[in-house]
Amino acid sequence: MARSVTSQRKAINTAVAWAVGLLIFFPILWTILTSFKTEAQAINDPPLFLFFDWTLENYTVVQERSNYMRFLWNSVFIAGGSTILGVMIAIPAAWSMAFVPSKRTKDILLWMLSTKMLPAVGVLYPIYLIFIQFGLLDSRLGLVIVLMLINLPIIVWMLYTYFREIPGEILEAARMDGATLREEILYVLTPMAIPGIASTLLLNFILAWNEAFWTLNLTAAKAAPLTAFIASYSSPEGLFYAKLSAASTMAIAPILVLGWFSQKQLVRGLTFGAVK
Amino acid sequence: MGRITLDKVTKSFGDVEVIPPLDLTIEDGEFTVFVGPSGCGKSTLLRLIAGLEDISSGQIRIDGNDATHVPPSKRGLAMVFQSYALYPHMSVRKNIAFPLRMAKLDKAEQDRRVDQAAAVLNLADYLDRKPGQLSGGQRQRVAIGRAIVREPSAFLFDEPLSNLDAALRVGMRMEISELHKKLATTMVYVTHDQVEAMTMADKIVVLRAGHIEQVGSPLELYHNPRNLFVAGFIGSPTMNLISGPEAAKRDATTIGIRPEHITVSDKKGEWKGVVGVSEHLGSDTFFHIHDTGLAETITVRAGGEVGFRHGDTVHLTPREDVMHRFDAQGLRIA
Repeated sequence: MARSVTSQRKAINTAVAWAVGLLIFFPILWTILTSFKTEAQAINDPPLFLFFDWTLENYTVVQERSNYMRFLWNSVFIAGGSTILGVMIAIPAAWSMAFVPSKRTKDILLWMLSTKMLPAVGVLYPIYLIFIQFGLLDSRLGLVIVLMLINLPIIVWMLYTYFREIPGEILEAARMDGATLREEILYVLTPMAIPGIASTLLLNFILAWNEAFWTLNLTAAKAAPLTAFIASYSSPEGLFYAKLSAASTMAIAPILVLGWFSQKQLVRGLTFGAVK
Repeated sequence: MGRITLDKVTKSFGDVEVIPPLDLTIEDGEFTVFVGPSGCGKSTLLRLIAGLEDISSGQIRIDGNDATHVPPSKRGLAMVFQSYALYPHMSVRKNIAFPLRMAKLDKAEQDRRVDQAAAVLNLADYLDRKPGQLSGGQRQRVAIGRAIVREPSAFLFDEPLSNLDAALRVGMRMEISELHKKLATTMVYVTHDQVEAMTMADKIVVLRAGHIEQVGSPLELYHNPRNLFVAGFIGSPTMNLISGPEAAKRDATTIGIRPEHITVSDKKGEWKGVVGVSEHLGSDTFFHIHDTGLAETITVRAGGEVGFRHGDTVHLTPREDVMHRFDAQGLRIA
């Protein structure tokens, strides 16, 4: 039976939802607005909201001072590479946990998740040393590996959840039809799990894109992605809010657009299996 | 081409032995049905033959070759699942062609075989649809189509009709039997429905708790059940099993008499009882008679025109020549 909702109630719900939405979006909006102010206006007291002299000066300065495209390319490479590599490793891992579970499968999953509870800085020192040893400092490959590893537990967990929704008999049918393990995963499991795999890819691309701790600590110039690009505009003295905002806007714009276009897929993937 | 031999095969899950040592031979071209109550191990046994479960000990031979450790994809068997297990993202054509694609057959040959199977199974008009757009019966046909295109040495059916409604089930039963006559390939069929077993099988294997209770043709099992379990399981309605003085009188612990082997009369007979529930099927009527002085309610089959009413007193006469006698262990006394 459908619940009846009065129009008054509906109006209140709408207002509350908008308020929460705006509250969450406000910092991003403020960053974007600030990027169009002069440095003086940016620190004006009281803060200026919409009525100021809009200028593109900060963008020009940022563009002149650093090579945005190089940072962007590094971000795309690192986020994309770590996500694809992660999914390639996670699909077989999640397959085995979902379809041939052992007594310890649940423990392994929990253990993997528990690594996410470890403060990253706790392993910075050893990882830094390993990076030096293997010549991976300030290399895109090094970051791809590290970001893949830190996101792997989440990828495995998500794929495991999606795979569990797929009836095992269909995979057995594939085996009876002569499919090898590789063919079974490639032609049957993966196509059936596409919505889940797509949202896993998206979410992890976003997580890797936004990752700052490792990218800041393990890169200098060559492999620095957009997070390092933002950080380079924060300085201990002088006025930098407007330029920092311009850099931030440029850094989040691509992922914002990606997120906007894929929100349906993201929501569908994240609620996959909850409603049949 | 499709002789399957099980030699002292066992299966345990952890400490639980679901299949104690078991020997069985399924002859080439035979339609063998595994039947038994749920949990008797019949599906497990089928999965062992398929290779979807590993056997704990023993040996499985297919056409004389040891297949014990051969993966399912290499055993040359095809399986039809209860849930159909179609690939939901592929069209009917691609579903049926999948085993051929895995066998790396060329495209023309794939198409030829798919079209041939589709013609046999009346699926020609549905080849471009997805499984989700088909009815249950059509889906089951696609699953069968997928099995026949690869020309396996044997077909394995795991309760393939359980998800269909009653009318469709009868139709599909005939289709599968027809298919067996046409292909003359070994078929192993698992069901809990003894009517399916009786109507389709060349050979029935009755299982209980992983044990084979009896192997034989449907009529052999019907007329000569080896023990009480088979006697009670095969036949519908079930055999009347009577113990106590009536059995002792005939030097047995339990006697069994089928409903059609008892005559019912309003005048005279060996046992006297009161009519309870009557089931009128038109051609036959089944009367359930109680208060006979026996511990059990007796089921009697009579012609459709026989019209006793609830509460009528009737007389029953069992046919002594077709009566089954069982000893204290439940085994048949010859």
